[in-house]
Amino acid sequence: MCLAVPMQVKRVEGHDAVVEQAGAALNIRTDLLDEVAAGDYVLVHAGYAIQRVDEDEARETLALLRMFGIDTQTGQTTDATG
Amino acid sequence: MSVVLLAHGGGGRLMADLIREVFLPRLESPELARADDSALFTPPPGRLAFTTDAFVVDPILFPGGDIGRLAVCGTVNDLAAGGAVPLYLSAAFVIEEGLPLEVLSTIVDSLAATAREAGVRVVAGDTKVVPHGKADQLFITTAGVGCVPEGVSVSGHHARPGDVVLCSGALGDHGMAIMVARENLGFVGHLESDVAPLNDLTAALHSLGPDLHVLRDPTRGGAAAALNEIAAQSGVAIQLHEEAVPIHAPVRVACELLGTDPLTVANEGKMLAVVAPEAADAALAAWRDHPLGREAAVIGEVLEGPAGRVQVRTAFGTTRILDRPLGEQLPRIC
Amino acid sequence: MRLVDEFRDAEAVAGLREAIARRLSRPAKIMEVCGTHTMAIARAGVRQLLPPTVSLISGPGCPVCVTAQGEIDAFLALGECPGVVLASFGDMLRVPGSTGSLETLKARGTETRVVYSPMDAVRLAAASPEKEVVFFGIGFETTVPTVAAALLEACRLGLRNFSVLSAHKRVPPALAALATDPELAVDGFLLPGHVSVILGLEPYRFLAEQHQIPCAIAGFEVTDILEGILHLVTQIADGRAALANQYPRVVRPEGNPTARALMERVFTPTDAVWRGIGPIAASGLALRPEFAPWDARQKFALDWDRFANVPEPPACRCGDILKGIASPHDCPLFGRGCTPARPIGPCMVSSEGTCAAYYRYQIG
Repeated sequence: MCLAVPMQVKRVEGHDAVVEQAGAALNIRTDLLDEVAAGDYVLVHAGYAIQRVDEDEARETLALLRMFGIDTQTGQTTDATG
Repeated sequence: MSVVLLAHGGGGRLMADLIREVFLPRLESPELARADDSALFTPPPGRLAFTTDAFVVDPILFPGGDIGRLAVCGTVNDLAAGGAVPLYLSAAFVIEEGLPLEVLSTIVDSLAATAREAGVRVVAGDTKVVPHGKADQLFITTAGVGCVPEGVSVSGHHARPGDVVLCSGALGDHGMAIMVARENLGFVGHLESDVAPLNDLTAALHSLGPDLHVLRDPTRGGAAAALNEIAAQSGVAIQLHEEAVPIHAPVRVACELLGTDPLTVANEGKMLAVVAPEAADAALAAWRDHPLGREAAVIGEVLEGPAGRVQVRTAFGTTRILDRPLGEQLPRIC
Repeated sequence: MRLVDEFRDAEAVAGLREAIARRLSRPAKIMEVCGTHTMAIARAGVRQLLPPTVSLISGPGCPVCVTAQGEIDAFLALGECPGVVLASFGDMLRVPGSTGSLETLKARGTETRVVYSPMDAVRLAAASPEKEVVFFGIGFETTVPTVAAALLEACRLGLRNFSVLSAHKRVPPALAALATDPELAVDGFLLPGHVSVILGLEPYRFLAEQHQIPCAIAGFEVTDILEGILHLVTQIADGRAALANQYPRVVRPEGNPTARALMERVFTPTDAVWRGIGPIAASGLALRPEFAPWDARQKFALDWDRFANVPEPPACRCGDILKGIASPHDCPLFGRGCTPARPIGPCMVSSEGTCAAYYRYQIG
């Protein structure tokens, strides 16, 4: 129901920030987050950052995906966790 | 700041001044300078191509171009997509009173420079001024004449099963640049229109002769509309390979944010070609050698049927139907 | 695109596909509650990746679709007030009320503005003090905090020419209505990732705990969706119901408390009509009384009761389609009287609506 894209914070000034992803830069608002710093990835919806992306969690999800990818090649079974 | 007045369109001295000071020195056209009611010229041998297009883009100055450059490219590219070598253009200006003369001059400069770039001459013109609110700053209508070289025969009806679909470069640049500029969406830089005359690029395929089947410039409605037209005209199906379609990264991001499919976004400097399979390598090489075709790619193929269907094959081996878009693209949040 | 492309890996897709196929021994109906899931599923061709035993049905999760006709009529009526500029997300432009759409009103000369962010509407009001900017507040909990923040900014700037007509909807009451509907025949819910970014896990627990419905919150990339489905088919195969969170990179257990606090400061739950579904208690959001100067209902003295009773289009089966009881092909209007170019019901209205997706991608 809601389009949102992860983008990296480049600059913050008060509740205004500039974010970037793959060469596209966008002015957004950060009212919905307590702390935002340059370098953070945030999820952008309707011109607002609605959450910080937790990169450790992203890595864990990717690690699980890699196991599924390897499984296709070896024909083994992986359980869904959580 | 001087602005265009209703009187500039009144047929009197002000209008003569406008034409003498703004249009004639920039367009450098002997036919215009003669100031007769029609341009006279001897057509070259062979078939003639003739087309017209009206330009009402908002904003009239946009990143990567302006309405003047667009007015030349739109008509030149339609002629080029007909397999023609464009020769002459006409340009009719409908100006809303109050348009700064400086803006008009910039746009006429750009129109003239683009005509020179495309190797065409503006041989006929007209200017009208309408009251404030009766037009949106500036509308331009151009018409163009070109000649089709011997041995070239392209049409949307000529796609055959087994043919290869090529694209001359990255899709979606123009439409996203305009949407972002018009709606003031807070994007910063990096999104520029691709507006460019493509007649030299299409001429690079003329040596393919009968192996060159279709040329089409994917303007409004994007590649989705252009390919659906070709599939319907030729009674074939077309399959695209999603991963093979070149799209610039910032355009992809903007499309994801605004909920737009880049395949439905307008282009003004890209050409699609459908060629016989044995000519695909030569066509791709010819385009990649051209400055406007460096990112050219083979993006799909023509299938037997179902007639009129365009489908996209994803990286995951699945397919989806690619329909033509409903209308104007709007930014969405969901 | 970093943190996007990684989740579109073709090998992982193939692996997840096999894992899903291995998992399931009996047919399962899974409802993707969220309309953005519906579109992502169609775009990536997810149905073609699933074994024939798994069927996906599309739920009520498109805020454009479920905006009641009366709410649209009310917004369009405001266009008749002098000096008013109607500002809206682009999604809403073609959505028909009972007499017309914003697009037709615009064509007849009402000043309208499409915005990407609610903050754009506030900026418009600040730049045009002679105009009255009315913003149409549509969307679920993902979007509501952005509208709350924009409205608070308008208050801070002392803008008296900005107001919001709230037609916002809340997802949990709709899920509760679905879960208690005796007609509902669904084996699991794929829950909306971006609503959950704001709400966290708590508001969904009752689905698994009280109604024994397997649930998975999932992201929107193809591997996210497949992993979410794998969570569901695993629970279904094991005969248990739990709440899985496939999208922990942005969905924290507690959600986004700051965003929720802003939402709760500005809005308060109210009863609302869902287009095609009908009234659901406490499923809407109204502005709190202290924000009356920025509440378009109060400011323009709208006769809300009149608009709340606008009838649904006859013969339209959207209500059953949104509940997962009927497919678009069961509707006599689908593809005939009702098409994306001339939508009647909500499911055809949004490009992510169930019927529009079925029409566009020729599903079924």
